[in-house]
Amino acid sequence: MKAGSTLEKVLTAGEFAVTAELGPPANANADAIKKKAKHCAGVVDAANVTDNQTAVVRMSSIAASAIAIQSGVEPVAQMVCRDRNRIAMQSDLLGAAALGVKNILCLAGDHQTFGNHPGAKGVYDLDSLQLVSMVKKMRDDKVFLNGEPIKEHEPKFFIGAVENPFADPFEFRVFRLAKKITAGADFIQTQCIFDMPRFERWMKLVVDRGLHEKTYIMGGITPVRSHRALIYMKNNVAGMSIPDELITRMEGAKDPKEEGVKIALETIEQIRNIKGVSGLHLMPIGWESITETILEKAGLLPRPKV
Amino acid sequence: MIVADRKPLDEILESIKDYKKIMLMACGGCVTICFSGGTKAAELLASQIKMAREKDGDPIEIIECTPERQCEFEFIDVYKDKLKDVEAVLSIACGVGVQTMNEHFEDSITLPGLNTKFMGYPVEHALWEERCAGCGDCELQWTGGICPIARCAKKLLNGPCGGSSNGVCEVDKDISCVWQVIYDRLVKLDKLDNLTVVREPKDWRTSTSAGQRKIKFEEAML
Repeated sequence: MKAGSTLEKVLTAGEFAVTAELGPPANANADAIKKKAKHCAGVVDAANVTDNQTAVVRMSSIAASAIAIQSGVEPVAQMVCRDRNRIAMQSDLLGAAALGVKNILCLAGDHQTFGNHPGAKGVYDLDSLQLVSMVKKMRDDKVFLNGEPIKEHEPKFFIGAVENPFADPFEFRVFRLAKKITAGADFIQTQCIFDMPRFERWMKLVVDRGLHEKTYIMGGITPVRSHRALIYMKNNVAGMSIPDELITRMEGAKDPKEEGVKIALETIEQIRNIKGVSGLHLMPIGWESITETILEKAGLLPRPKV
Repeated sequence: MIVADRKPLDEILESIKDYKKIMLMACGGCVTICFSGGTKAAELLASQIKMAREKDGDPIEIIECTPERQCEFEFIDVYKDKLKDVEAVLSIACGVGVQTMNEHFEDSITLPGLNTKFMGYPVEHALWEERCAGCGDCELQWTGGICPIARCAKKLLNGPCGGSSNGVCEVDKDISCVWQVIYDRLVKLDKLDNLTVVREPKDWRTSTSAGQRKIKFEEAML
């Protein structure tokens, strides 16, 4: 075991792992985390606690992760490169580990110009690959980025990274995934899958290179409640591939919520049958209450005891 | 070259509101080429200022001049005597020109008329794009001669991020994803191996992180 988190145990046991997303509030209300954690407790292996997602100021992902632990949910603390330099990052990694966080997800972060402080200075001292590599170095080599030893109590994280099979250049995405694995990514969560043919093509390249044996790949699933949500994502979120047929299907649905769940379940079924996919990451943006229903219907409950 | 853009007229008028006689100093270097700070730009700006001030019943006298380069003493020294006749200088050179004037002529004040933007090149007539961030540790040898520091919004050394779509950067549809550009270039040069290496964190001390930078060329010192 690298960190001994539940997520790590589930994945190494060969079980199909499930993570969800837990967004901290834009205030100092601990109860908001506890309330959201109720949708996750016992139904997912771990929950991603986002780090100022979409560059909008929210409660610190590490503080919110600590509250999630108190609420019985294992966090995957997200850490973006946008807001901290290597000094702050290492400091926060020590703090997160001390608070009991065992999973970390390393990302570049949504660019600050998209958020609610567009005039902020972006840091980007390290990029996401370099962050992955630094977390691994602290865990495995017991040294800081500068090579100085961490004398004892080195932070031990199960290290995650993200990959977007729907971004360009398509042919290079798998090369970059391989780089992330070399840097130290133990698991990978993907961008939301709506374009199944493209995801399948990407997974084939992953499997052809044997990368699924070097990391655990978790497919991103986003249930939507209306066709408008799909149109919004198609037009406003870079690197999203949303087929028009899907929009038409949602638009024509008598009960769009029910159809949204149905589509999510079909997607889950499809990815479970793709070689090399080890789990799913559920991102029900603004619809966290649907988490349990979807996982129940997908036959993914109860979660394995590891 | 250095590319600059003129400040809004209102901001310029505000900065010179206390003066009745100024010198408007253009520059014959980079900013002439990018149309923001040459003789013609000075003529236009001077007439705009005069018109605005006349309208307000507070006319201003403006002496225009264009040294070959505002960042070198030998070209600005010829205006030394004329400076005594004006209350301030309005410079339409880059920030280096403005500062050269202020440091060299301690008794007079030189105000900026331009916003200095970047080191860039002309993509086409009258269109410049940033190409160098002056990071002090050139990476171009492995990127096919294309700079991710100057052109990637996240300064990635191991790009592209997940926001690269159809060759466009997620930050602005008018910006090319430089990592797509680098990828295409290295495919063309058959050097894609350059991108399989994990690039280490950059030492930003060579950039602006370690205070003001200096270069001394010993052989040429007097």
